[in-house]
Amino acid sequence: MENWGDDPAIVLYCKNLARRFGSGTAFEEVSFAVRRGEVLGIVGESGAGKSTLLNCLSGRLIPSHGVVYYQKNGTIKNLYGIGERERRRLLRTEIGVVVQNPREGLRLNISAGGNISEKLMAEGIRNYGTLRRTALEWLERVEIDKSRIDDKPSTFSGGMLQRLQIARNLVTKPKLLFLDEPTAGLDVSVQARLLDLLRRLVQQLRLSVIMVSHDLAVARVLSHRLFVMKEGKIVESGLTDQILDDPRHPYTQLLVACRLQP
Amino acid sequence: MKSSIAWSKEPPGVEDPKSGNIEGYNYAYLDEQTKRMIRRTILKAIAIPGHQIPFASREMPLPYGWGTGGIQITASLIGPEDVLKVIDQGSDDTTNAVSIRAFFSKTAGVRTTIRTEEASIIQTRHRIPETPLREGQILVFQVPIPEPLRFMEPRQLECDAIHALADYGIAYVKLYEDIARYGRIAATFDYPVIVENRYIMSPSPIPKFDNPKMDRMPAIQLFGAGREKRIYAVPPYTRVKSLDFEDYPFQVEKWEQNCAICGASDTYLDEIITDDKGNRIFVCSDTDACEKSKKKRKRLDPLIK
Repeated sequence: MENWGDDPAIVLYCKNLARRFGSGTAFEEVSFAVRRGEVLGIVGESGAGKSTLLNCLSGRLIPSHGVVYYQKNGTIKNLYGIGERERRRLLRTEIGVVVQNPREGLRLNISAGGNISEKLMAEGIRNYGTLRRTALEWLERVEIDKSRIDDKPSTFSGGMLQRLQIARNLVTKPKLLFLDEPTAGLDVSVQARLLDLLRRLVQQLRLSVIMVSHDLAVARVLSHRLFVMKEGKIVESGLTDQILDDPRHPYTQLLVACRLQP
Repeated sequence: MKSSIAWSKEPPGVEDPKSGNIEGYNYAYLDEQTKRMIRRTILKAIAIPGHQIPFASREMPLPYGWGTGGIQITASLIGPEDVLKVIDQGSDDTTNAVSIRAFFSKTAGVRTTIRTEEASIIQTRHRIPETPLREGQILVFQVPIPEPLRFMEPRQLECDAIHALADYGIAYVKLYEDIARYGRIAATFDYPVIVENRYIMSPSPIPKFDNPKMDRMPAIQLFGAGREKRIYAVPPYTRVKSLDFEDYPFQVEKWEQNCAICGASDTYLDEIITDDKGNRIFVCSDTDACEKSKKKRKRLDPLIK
């Protein structure tokens, strides 16, 4: 893993990552790499440190220990070693973060088009026509009616809000997308549609995804690889099917056994 | 010690209203330490054009929103040789302008004027005079909200980071929203500008008509926000550009009418309702410029009333 930079397919690599709050530990000893086009699922119970890990990986929370590297056009960037200006730029262009509550990930008093265009404007695009065209294109891609472009997100349904959040994040064509419980609070048919959309986008754009979920069914549909977290540690990792069909760790066995069967 | 009766007969402790020496008060109201602190802030502000510098704003004998920031800048700069002009919405004879002029003629003993070209310091609310300013003049703006990103980004910490990193995408979101909703950039006052291609700055609530006047102005422009405790500045001959999109360029207001008093066609006009039957006239908002152009017009054509 030391010479990981030789592998151009690796998008993100973290080593010995830990985050502590006072004397408590949110997570520790996390090391892994994500390759281009790979979907990584992180499952575990509430309080296992999944979201904190995701925050540390996506530049929103400084880890107490360890390093996070991104590979951008062949050069390796230490996320917390570079200056803030470069970090903001890197995070804006290389990753997207879809948060659990879309009301935190969107600007509710700004129209859907404005929400999608914000990152582009931050990247220096100063042409209204271009912004408008791109916003319409992305609304179509995430299956939101184009006529809703000037409506505020406060008038959108839960599923639409999540899709809008995805569009807002993917507009700068990042390589890595973080999903924090993307389907929480959505009914099953809307969930299915969102998962379908995500799967298609991942294929079309060759996106890498790190997804946190406590829903094993969602994890199974989307992810190639699965990490099981318990009390801040990754207790089991491997291919999704392998873990769900043949869980080794007692906690994973419990998790799989507890799944509701319709 | 004077008796209470004596106090009620004459203003408290005025020795010589012309000299600016009022018993118990320092020259120009503020104490010298405060003035030095404000001057230091102004120097810093001039060194970093468009960047907001915090300062220890004092309580002034007028309410917030009436020019507490501007009046502190004026007080810390003014000397006996200065000639002061104060305008409010372009007019010299509104309450705020009259009382701030009176304040400084009383506390600093300075000469006041309504003529733009005569003034060495011009304190203003909501306008830049129509008469072009020259080198050596100082224009002091009263600013209610110094943070141009305030309505887009409520977190001060994030605003500071955005300014520090010149990460200004969010400033354009407002323009995008305007065009999406109204088909044009709808902001008409306090129209954000970018100073010397670096800091985005609120020009204070002047009409966007005045924005082009800020660009490469020979006079010093100082901005004081008393309640928000910020001072910023545009040094002489500094580039000031209004934000816009390539395909929706910045434009100033235009009127179909000319000024009803002086006939000027190139000034900022106020709409004045003249009766309750819907009649209205448009007149110059800058009363000094209006008076001058009226005189000039009369010289050319003596028959005009």
